[in-house]
Amino acid sequence: MITFPLLLPFAGALLAFLLPRRATPAVGIATASATLVAVGRLTTALLENGAQRYSSGGWPAPLGIQFHVDGLSATMLLMTAVVGTLVTVYAARHFRSDPAEPFFWPLWLFLWGGLNALYLSGDLFNLYVSLEVVGLSAVALAALSGNRAALKAALGYLFAAMVASLAYLLGVGLLYANYGVLDLETLGPMLRPDLPTHAAVGLTMTGLLVKTALFPMHFWLPSAHSAAPAPVSALLSALVIKGSYYLALRLWFSVFQPVVTFEAGQFIGVLGSAAILWGAFQALRQRRMKLLIAHSTVGQVGYLFLLFPLATVPRMAGEPAPWINEAWMGGIYQALSHGFAKAAIFLAAGVILKAAGSDRLASMRDIAGRLPVVTFAFGLAGLSLIGLPPSGGFVAKWMMLRAILASGQWWWAPVVLLGGLLTAGYVFLMIRYAFKPAAGVLDLKPTPRIMQWVALVLALIAVLLGFNVEGVMRLLEIGSPYSPSLGEGGEP
Amino acid sequence: MNLEFLLPLVVLASSLLTGVLIFFVDEKHHFLRTALNLGGATLKLVFVGYIFWWTFQGREFEARFTLVLGFDFLLRVDLLSLIFVTLSSILWFFTTIYAVGYLEGSPNRTRFFGFFSLCVTASTGIALAGNLITFFIFYEFLTVVTYPLVVHRGTEKSLRAGRTYLWYTITGGTVLFLGVVWIHVLTGPMDFVHAGVLMDLGPEHRGTLIVIFAILIGGLGVKAALVPLHGWLPVAMVAPAPVSALLHAVAVVKAGAFGIVRVVYDVYGVEFATSLGLLLPLAVLASITILYGSLRALVQDDLKKRLAYSTVSQLSYIVLGVTMLGPVATVGALVHLIHQGIMKVTLFFCAGNFAETLGLHRVSELNGIGRRMPLTMAAFTAAAFGMIGLPPLAGFVSKWYLALGAMEAGHPWVVGVLIGSSVLNAAYFLPIVHAAWFKEPDGGWPEKIGRFEAPWMLLLPPLTTAAATIGVGIWASAPYTPADLARQVAELMYFTEP
Repeated sequence: MITFPLLLPFAGALLAFLLPRRATPAVGIATASATLVAVGRLTTALLENGAQRYSSGGWPAPLGIQFHVDGLSATMLLMTAVVGTLVTVYAARHFRSDPAEPFFWPLWLFLWGGLNALYLSGDLFNLYVSLEVVGLSAVALAALSGNRAALKAALGYLFAAMVASLAYLLGVGLLYANYGVLDLETLGPMLRPDLPTHAAVGLTMTGLLVKTALFPMHFWLPSAHSAAPAPVSALLSALVIKGSYYLALRLWFSVFQPVVTFEAGQFIGVLGSAAILWGAFQALRQRRMKLLIAHSTVGQVGYLFLLFPLATVPRMAGEPAPWINEAWMGGIYQALSHGFAKAAIFLAAGVILKAAGSDRLASMRDIAGRLPVVTFAFGLAGLSLIGLPPSGGFVAKWMMLRAILASGQWWWAPVVLLGGLLTAGYVFLMIRYAFKPAAGVLDLKPTPRIMQWVALVLALIAVLLGFNVEGVMRLLEIGSPYSPSLGEGGEP
Repeated sequence: MNLEFLLPLVVLASSLLTGVLIFFVDEKHHFLRTALNLGGATLKLVFVGYIFWWTFQGREFEARFTLVLGFDFLLRVDLLSLIFVTLSSILWFFTTIYAVGYLEGSPNRTRFFGFFSLCVTASTGIALAGNLITFFIFYEFLTVVTYPLVVHRGTEKSLRAGRTYLWYTITGGTVLFLGVVWIHVLTGPMDFVHAGVLMDLGPEHRGTLIVIFAILIGGLGVKAALVPLHGWLPVAMVAPAPVSALLHAVAVVKAGAFGIVRVVYDVYGVEFATSLGLLLPLAVLASITILYGSLRALVQDDLKKRLAYSTVSQLSYIVLGVTMLGPVATVGALVHLIHQGIMKVTLFFCAGNFAETLGLHRVSELNGIGRRMPLTMAAFTAAAFGMIGLPPLAGFVSKWYLALGAMEAGHPWVVGVLIGSSVLNAAYFLPIVHAAWFKEPDGGWPEKIGRFEAPWMLLLPPLTTAAATIGVGIWASAPYTPADLARQVAELMYFTEP
């Protein structure tokens, strides 16, 4: 069950590498559909049987390599598969007659395999290898357009990724030296709050936060994400940073739990808040579409980390605090809806870039009249980013704000609300151009309809996520550290 | 799945689906688009009529979806929602006719009518919302779908207006969001009920409740155009005339006013809100808005701007009525909710006619217009007299109830505000009426084309609503008129044991 989501993308990558160029898009699409089906079947099995652990080669931990699947990993796998498949469809048209085509397919499928391995691995070293696979293929993809700006950005990205990996590896080394195990489930209960452990936790988390581009370690993101071709930007912003975020969540809340402190959680929250405000503020100052969208990612990543202060609190009378569940759901819903919305908006920008030949905001003039489908994609994805109902982003903000008010950590509330306002500011900065008359602007080149519709479908998913909270909740519940209880419609 | 469950959804769908379908209609298929528009509007009227009739026979229409988020998505028909949904579906019908005539031959009509329908969907949702969260969802939806209508022309001026509109309303929405979540954390899920449930929370929460009330009113006050949050409204009047008509009569501003009605009556409960001392400050704020709006209207030469400031002022009559404890004031507030809509929509239709047929935008250009466009000007006159509050027109009925209610509630100073405002209303409406009928025309108007002074699609709506302005005033005591509905709500609120 677990092998297919793991092996299919790698097999596809190998095929795409070996086969002649004109076969690569077909390989990509076939691999994507097969992986989507495999992940779907894995999820169904999970819903039936509950969380599972697998040992490779039949060796139990600590000898064999451990794999595991629970609600959180299945949710991430699913998001990756759906976004990945849609981006694949888009990319098949986008890269047609592009010299980068033969490089894109193996790299992207390799990246996909790395992400799936990351979500399924259950030991620290294996996770390190997956992180490297993801990191290196992401850097290579970022350099894909081959121009000066892209190469420079990719170099910065490479540097950040290497430093981050090193920090992570050092942390893992420290843990292994002290406890002699790498398996997550065995390690967790053994941790002692001593200096080497704290240092190890600090190093691992720093590595992951750099890879997730949390303020102030985001410096590499805007240039790398904006200089890449549109489908790659979508993959980097929607999926790649979510990989390291997932690992940070997993480690912090299920392995490091005995040694993390309330203050550490607050500290991460402060960084998240700074990211929300800084990212949105920078986005408002941009005059190029893709740079604006990339800065928006910096801000949206900040929301992801508000989950840390809210859920890192002492237990109340032996029970997890009552709002943790909502904080947790809010954070993960933000990761999901941002994934879909950001992919949509990058792909929409890609269509405009192809049609107008420039990614200045001014090239969005009158797209409301000339590219209505793309405009809708922009608008709907924007709604979700701002957090307007009924989008997935609204659900995330609703849960977060509830958790903030219920926990009494009111100081995060202004950040969440102000962040939403600033987001509205830059979303409508773009939308405003869509309604400007196009007088004196060059005609748009025709763009394939399929690319426009893929962007719109992604945006629609981001909005419709708000309608399927129950399904996502049910999935996340499986093996969650807080095992969210499904309320009968609402507990006070 | 019975009719009581389905119908609220169908009413919503009648404009939502119309809107979505219209987006797929090609720009040049004028007939198909118009058919969809009018078909949707007619269907909605029929369904609302059905609900209206059967609600009075004692059937309760309710569609509830329980969500894991800890709240219900609830559409429910109570008397308040009935009042608002009837108003919006009737006015939508006439505004649709008007808009089809008004936009004849202009570009991007598909987009316009798509969002136009979504805009009505939002205000229908606001009317039918059975709890604060459902209300909030549609309230924000309205913010977004109105934006493309405001910037429809795409000129620098309208884009600037759109930006102002958005900053105000999105900020208001954010503030409202905080209030909604906070009250939800405090009390858990709760539906709109008369007399509220917050009373049972205990005295230690009084401080918090006062803060939340301020937040909620602050958020709603933006759309209700309470001074000093009104700045967007006079700017947004650059939108095409049918949009302004809808905006000022049923959609955006009414959403704010209706929200205040809901918060005071059905979340806090008017008695509890009075006991917290919340309503007197709100009454003072409303009074300031009434006088300020009228004063500003006085000096505007741009006709639509004058009407916009008049809306600022007139809306706060509703808020003022809500703040006074007692059945008569409640009747006044609710009657005005409807009557203001009918009168204001007429005025904007007429302003649109002057602009569309003769290109006149300024008050100073309207000398002698009554000779050239007698029907339009007659409708304008009726609505303007109604606004001033001349008996027996619509505005008289609402002001009469408001004044009586103020006396009953022990706030005689409010009568002073009403009289002062009526004098100001007269001061900015009468000169227009006088100039139009009695001054010599400046001339230079284009030749009349066709039989009437304007296409029938531009004439029928204002004439109908002007007739309604007279009708609802004369027959204010008849059953099923706005005044009668308002009386029933007041009766239910004050004289029926829950």
